[in-house]
Amino acid sequence: MNMVNAINNALDIKLAEDPDIVVYGEDVGVEGGVFRVTEGLQVKYGADRVFDSPLAESAIVGTAIGMAAAGLRPVVEMQFCGFVYPAFNQIISHLSRMRNRSRGRIGMPVVVRIPYGGGINALEHHSESMEALYAQIPGLKVVIPSTPADAKGLLISAIESEDPILFMEPKRIYRAIKQEVSEEKFSIPIGKARVVTTGTDVTVVAYGAMVREVQKALPKLKEAGISVELIDLRTIYPMDKETLAQSIRKTGRIVFVAEEPTSFGVGSEIIAVANEEAFLYLQAPPKRVTAFDTIVPLPKGEHHYMISPEKIFYEIQKTVKF
Amino acid sequence: MLKEFDATKKKMFRIMDDDGRIISDKHMPVIDDSQLVKAYHDMLFARTADHMTVSYQRQGRIFTYPPNYGQEAIHGATAQVIRTDDWLVPAFREMGAWLAKGATLKDTFLYFMGYEVGNSWPNANHFLPITVPIASQLPHAAGIGYAIKYKKLDEVVFAFVGDGGTSEGDFHEALNFAAVWKVPVIFVVQNNQFAISLPFRMQTASDGIAIKSLAYGMPGIQVDGNDFLAMLRTLQEATEFCRAGNGPVLIEAVTYRKGAHTTSDDPTKYRSKEEEESWERKDPLRRLRNYLVGKDLLDEEDEKRLEDQYRSEIDRIFVEAESQPAYPLEDVFKYMYAEMPDDLRKQQVEHEKFLQWKESNS
Repeated sequence: MNMVNAINNALDIKLAEDPDIVVYGEDVGVEGGVFRVTEGLQVKYGADRVFDSPLAESAIVGTAIGMAAAGLRPVVEMQFCGFVYPAFNQIISHLSRMRNRSRGRIGMPVVVRIPYGGGINALEHHSESMEALYAQIPGLKVVIPSTPADAKGLLISAIESEDPILFMEPKRIYRAIKQEVSEEKFSIPIGKARVVTTGTDVTVVAYGAMVREVQKALPKLKEAGISVELIDLRTIYPMDKETLAQSIRKTGRIVFVAEEPTSFGVGSEIIAVANEEAFLYLQAPPKRVTAFDTIVPLPKGEHHYMISPEKIFYEIQKTVKF
Repeated sequence: MLKEFDATKKKMFRIMDDDGRIISDKHMPVIDDSQLVKAYHDMLFARTADHMTVSYQRQGRIFTYPPNYGQEAIHGATAQVIRTDDWLVPAFREMGAWLAKGATLKDTFLYFMGYEVGNSWPNANHFLPITVPIASQLPHAAGIGYAIKYKKLDEVVFAFVGDGGTSEGDFHEALNFAAVWKVPVIFVVQNNQFAISLPFRMQTASDGIAIKSLAYGMPGIQVDGNDFLAMLRTLQEATEFCRAGNGPVLIEAVTYRKGAHTTSDDPTKYRSKEEEESWERKDPLRRLRNYLVGKDLLDEEDEKRLEDQYRSEIDRIFVEAESQPAYPLEDVFKYMYAEMPDDLRKQQVEHEKFLQWKESNS
């Protein structure tokens, strides 16, 4: 399965299992979504459960909030990460607050799926990685898978969660990675990172499409005699600080790799974890290998912006040699 | 009636004139005399509570409060038609409707004293909390409507917004979604002529709000929101229309915010005494009262006695609310998530350690 198949499979399993689940958004029904993630689901489950909404992101999230208050479990799609902003008020003012505001009486079991990230030669607004914006909002959880199997297991957990989840899908690897994924139902817990490779010299933290980019750099790093512990964060918030801290205490070095703009990002939080939890173990300054604090360039300039395996190699060996 | 007073006809639906005399009895609401008197008393209770809440604020006993003064007929009529299983999606200025939906006055006092629990309506069901960002609650109403339709129930959603809220994108999106999905939502726009300081004529170039229904493909009606009988009949028909599965309705209830926007606002800055006085005659309680007196259903002595009784009851409830226990630290954290992240737990524990240190060092 690729990631598109895996997400489709997770939705299929949950739709079959729970009649309270509805799936909707722009072009989600008949067309199966612009990325075909929901393909075939409307035919299988009917147009009252998998459907196209009018084109308005604020109302897509806003109606999901109402549906959740009335006992449904909506899974909505934002077509591209750059189109979420009209829904920002609903996300920050209501989705994340309703449980607290109602003193726990009205939960928000809502999943907002957001294809995100660059590297696909897209138009403006289609390529950003704004996960830090969401991670800072109290009341939300932010999940990002890096493999087809993780996408399936994490999405099933997200749909089953009683808390609102922003499920950000690295669209660059929607179809780029294929792996064996069980057709059976399985789930992967939210809030737990995955140690992809164990190592002793440096902890490298990544998520989404960047896990694969780090993996591409691994053979050369090995050749250079650098032992990398690669951690796939899986969940941005709540962050698995324990796994991070343990690893940093072991390696004494931390390199964070992400497509997000450098400043005030998830990387800043990772460095805070290194300082707070492993201060006396650090042998080199923590390093962020992240995008510029600029707008994502259009396709002809995007290669300047995207993080390459070469750059990852370069920064990691610099940190190790510090 | 919804057809006869269809928004395109540009006629405001009224039953009573400004003095409570019947203009036309063609569309009288279905309500018996004793219920009518009770509705009046409920409105009187809400108005008394409203006035007293403003004075509690002036005494520094609650925080900011948005008065309902002048808009009670809209809430009183809603109270008559809303069922226990119907949904109320409030803005923040419809106290009579809250009380009818099962909120207690103590809940509302607690909320404006600064306790979230008041806004959680622990004694009511199918009632969303008060929403501060204007009109952002309306998409929720459309979503609840979808859930009702999906589950094949016959519940109706009553969603409130003010005239200012109709300029927000969420107003448009919610009405559009509700109409496309054909879901049972009554959108009640309380056109009280002002959005804080901005007069209605500067809010929209449209000839009223009800006419906007045409563009969404739903029935719309402009009704005299200070005419209890017309308001009640409108809501009765709208409810019937929604329950029968015909989709949403837009009601523009024309009224006047006699008080300030909130207790922090000073209307003398942006409107004249003359204007306020011109609306005084149209006061909804005055009109219904005149009508009831004309029908010999109201006794002035009774009313005085009742008002005194309300005042002492309201004050008793307020004093009870004032004895709410102190806000515990854990309440800041415990409702944030169904499954609380470790970070939050840690932040609470660390703050507790500080508090212990502070305690032992004081």
